[in-house]
Amino acid sequence: MSTCSVSKGCFVFKPSAKKRKLSQSTAHDFGIRNDDSEDTELRFVTCQSLWNQIKSETEKVQEDLNKQLLDNLMNFLSRFHSEFQEKTAEWTCRMKFREIPTAALVLGVNVTDHELTFKSVSDFLQNNITPYIALLEAKDCPGVKNLMQKLMGQLMNCYVDVDSLEDEDYVQVSQNRIRCSMSSLIKWYESVTKKTDSEAPSKKRTTSAHWQSPPVVVIFKDMESFTTKVLQDFIVICSQHIHELPLVLIFGIATSPMIIHRLLPHSVSSLLCIELFQSLSCKDHLSTIIDKLLLTAQFPFKLGEKVLQVLINIFLYHDFSVQNFIKGFQLCIVEHFYSQPLSVLCCQLVDLQKRVHSLSHDQCENIRRLPSFRRYVEEQESGKQVALLTTDNFLKEEIQKLLEDLHVYHENYVSILRCLHVFTSSLPKYPLGKQIRELHCACLENQVWETEEYESSLQLARMLNKSDLVTMLQQCMEILLSSSGKEFDKTVEKLKKFLTEFQNLEAEAFQEQDVSISSQKELQKKTDLYHLQKTLLELKESRRTKKLTKFEMLRFEVVDYIDSLVRKYLVPADRRTLHEILYFNTAAVLRGHLNAAPRTALHTALNNPHWYLKNQALKCDGGSISNKAPDICIVYKLHLECGRLINLVDWLEAFSTVVMAGEEPNADTASSDQMDDIIHARFIRAVSELELLGFIKPSKQKTDHVARLTWGGC
Amino acid sequence: MPNLEHPAYPAAALLHLESLVPCRESQVSMLLSIFGERQQFSFPSIFIYGHTSSGKTYVMQTLLNTLQLPHVFVNCVECFTSRLLLEEILIQLQSCSSETEPTSPVPCDTFNDFVRLFKQALVSRELQDQTLYIVLDRAEQLREMEANILPAFLRLQELTDSNVTVVLLSEIVWELFRPNVGCFDPLTLYFPDYSIGHLQKILSQNHPPEYTADFYAAYINILLGVFYMVCRDLKELRHLAALNFSKYCEPVVRGEANERDTRKLWKNIEPHLKKAMQTVYLREISSSQWERLQHDGGEPGQLKGLSAHTHVELPYYSKFLLIAAYLASYNPVRTDKRLFLKHHGKMKKTNFMKKHEKTSNHLLGPKPFPLDRLLAILYSIVDKRVAPTANIFSQITSLVTLQLLSMVGQNDQLEGPRYKCTVSLDFIRAVARTVNFDIIKYLYDFL
Repeated sequence: MSTCSVSKGCFVFKPSAKKRKLSQSTAHDFGIRNDDSEDTELRFVTCQSLWNQIKSETEKVQEDLNKQLLDNLMNFLSRFHSEFQEKTAEWTCRMKFREIPTAALVLGVNVTDHELTFKSVSDFLQNNITPYIALLEAKDCPGVKNLMQKLMGQLMNCYVDVDSLEDEDYVQVSQNRIRCSMSSLIKWYESVTKKTDSEAPSKKRTTSAHWQSPPVVVIFKDMESFTTKVLQDFIVICSQHIHELPLVLIFGIATSPMIIHRLLPHSVSSLLCIELFQSLSCKDHLSTIIDKLLLTAQFPFKLGEKVLQVLINIFLYHDFSVQNFIKGFQLCIVEHFYSQPLSVLCCQLVDLQKRVHSLSHDQCENIRRLPSFRRYVEEQESGKQVALLTTDNFLKEEIQKLLEDLHVYHENYVSILRCLHVFTSSLPKYPLGKQIRELHCACLENQVWETEEYESSLQLARMLNKSDLVTMLQQCMEILLSSSGKEFDKTVEKLKKFLTEFQNLEAEAFQEQDVSISSQKELQKKTDLYHLQKTLLELKESRRTKKLTKFEMLRFEVVDYIDSLVRKYLVPADRRTLHEILYFNTAAVLRGHLNAAPRTALHTALNNPHWYLKNQALKCDGGSISNKAPDICIVYKLHLECGRLINLVDWLEAFSTVVMAGEEPNADTASSDQMDDIIHARFIRAVSELELLGFIKPSKQKTDHVARLTWGGC
Repeated sequence: MPNLEHPAYPAAALLHLESLVPCRESQVSMLLSIFGERQQFSFPSIFIYGHTSSGKTYVMQTLLNTLQLPHVFVNCVECFTSRLLLEEILIQLQSCSSETEPTSPVPCDTFNDFVRLFKQALVSRELQDQTLYIVLDRAEQLREMEANILPAFLRLQELTDSNVTVVLLSEIVWELFRPNVGCFDPLTLYFPDYSIGHLQKILSQNHPPEYTADFYAAYINILLGVFYMVCRDLKELRHLAALNFSKYCEPVVRGEANERDTRKLWKNIEPHLKKAMQTVYLREISSSQWERLQHDGGEPGQLKGLSAHTHVELPYYSKFLLIAAYLASYNPVRTDKRLFLKHHGKMKKTNFMKKHEKTSNHLLGPKPFPLDRLLAILYSIVDKRVAPTANIFSQITSLVTLQLLSMVGQNDQLEGPRYKCTVSLDFIRAVARTVNFDIIKYLYDFL
């Protein structure tokens, strides 16, 4: 395992994708925490299938998003390839310097996502253009030698993969012997392409999609980390042989393309023919993912407001990584199905009836314990209350009805949310946020119509001009028509009516314009200041008292109607009964998992050992130091009181005072001497443990002193 | 004009050679007189230097090829280890007399082996009776190999006791090569830059078949007028000439001007060339993009160059980390208290403002700072409370990966790592603007 970091800190390695193997024991683990093991298996299976669905959906989204980039890349390559193939004797071609085609892929700073992009790029190239692809990373290439070794290793191995196995030993042998130089690479390329050409007609090959004399693509994954010398030398070498070996370079750039000029001097960059390819910005990527995963009725599982906020915050504040967002989403799913026994009901509507009917008595009790359900019960009349609390079967029917309602609610919610977003996203200053995810969070958080932002956005909406309003209404209509909810027939009709009314207004609008123009003309006539002031005042007065025009009336009507829709459909999810089953909302757990705080944890462990050890004796009050605490905790607490340099003798003194505090004071001298030795040893051990943890280091400034590494200096 | 003359070689070959190396006749005749006749021993090592594209490699290659002198030509950049270099020479030597099948190369790790194998190869190829030339192009790379390689090559004649001459080609002067102790000084030979007249002559030589030589020469004249100030690289100039020629011909092709209408043609091409100098010459846009642009008749302004994309989008806290790093790099430590503490106590303004540093910190460049200082500044410039989570620390590492910060000294992580901020003031101001942070107010240099 290795990282791209040069530091020697700790790194978390996520296990590779092979853990997907379904085993009985995993299913068993799933139920350990809860006693009602009857549903755990079902929950586990549901969780698995749901995640698989979501995974394939995200992969599809990513594929679509990358398509543009890959097509551009393909065009780029094919253009150069045809040039290489032609080998024209034309004058310009002869005179022109043969540059190395280079694609600069600007991928954004979310380095964790790059792996996936490169994988899709190399897969795409492998399937469509060329089998000869080498992916290079800076950490493998400290020198040109290593780079060439890596490059040749990858290229020649791919040759084995493509071809039949009989050649394997030959390659294996030559692998050790072969000289790591460009000339042997060229020889290899010639032999390979010749072979392919001669074999191609007779043998049906999987590589038939590849071009003739396919280019050799070298991908530099992290351009920024390569050293200048390595890159320069490699490019110079390549450019010497570009006539024999159709090389194509791809630079993966995380920051900005300026880095090319920073890394390469003009003499080297003039050997390249660089074209820029911009991959999708990660924020757009996230929006698409949220759109496809959360704002859809496809999946029964939903995220609550706080959880979504945590995930989005991590994305925006920390890493910009869509992969991590999806991983967080996966964690939410697992956590929900693991911790919530009722999540067995978090399934597609088709399965719902069966699952509700097979609920056990315990599960029914679980439902009765849900806060949202209790609130619901309290609202019912007493007869029904009793039935709900005592009869399981009655409860089950009620549950099914409620859950179906919840599904319908979500569908309607999404449609109306989109409509509202159409309005709010075009308002100046975006009081409710520009992105639909912000609006979504606001609506989930509490009743959106009670917020100030909503009020101000309505105010602004009442000032929209006609053409904007009409296009927005049309957009809303499209959204509602495409939604699967059945309740919107009336709404659509209402919107249609608004639209026709707007059209009718057009005729009347002409007359009004005339009026306003005439008044304008009058204004222009007045040249006298006094008269001008008077007319202006009059105009103002008339405007204030003027009756609203028809358009304005209509505009009010439209905004009021939208408001009514919002109030009806955009009720926050946690007001709905049984929302606990479909919505995952325990943000604290998620935060604990995703937002690890090693420094804080270490400080807590050393400062307050009771927190982790749960030993009553360690419970301390305030800043006092208990002598029962582990030595390292005592030493740590003492060192917190010191400045940048700590005198070891004083420290030992303080340590022994604390340790001896609980002992009998009148022990005889012999044993106390011995005690001193033991204390001394304990102290030394504790200090070296602190050193190991990185809190102190030996100082050269003063003897018998150690230097604090944390905060002490500041 | 010095005509090439040498009794050892046929006059026809010399004439041909002369036509191939325009403006380098004196150098060639000099070389010829050093080389002498085929069987004569020549000077053991020759060092040729001169600027980029002053024809060193080209002249050597044409000279050796036209006169069919036995030679080995190696590019030292390509042979990045001494072993590769030595083996490459041996391989080329084997294929020098090409009748025999090239046998598999023998591993050659040391110079001692090389001398032995070299002698063997000479005997087996029957090359003893003529001078063998070993040309090492871009010889400056030799300095980075083992210390014995360069001196040994200089004395190769002596070491192998055979008729061999080593020619070193380089862009830098011999003084930068010279090892410390007694090494054999080669004969140095300087190739001067081509003058504008030379360039004009060489570039005009290859005119396209559709047009007359005069027409093309006029074009080259205009081209040099624009580019000679910035670029004397023959290769690059030829490339640019080929790229822009179609634009020059445009009025002629359309029938608006004839070939002699120099003024009109100049008016047409001059702004175009100026634009090319700012874009394609700097590789801001690639040559193929430039050609397509020309072909479609579009404006070069549509295509944004590489430098236009300076914007880097960063996560929220990464921006603040970068700002904090910048502040830590460019502010003296003692000013931190004053800048970031609300109640910084009594600190006289005059005292604070008294600049001990005569020069601005921005002229001195970034200074390294410890991690704790970075975090302390971060906490004070972010409005909200920032928990020191793993996410924050990993962002520092990824900023290092992106080369926006750099780690100073590869010391242990436990000893408190130190960083430097490597971004420019413009960049950090753009970043600070996106988070509404007035960075100028916090920079000591601007107070």
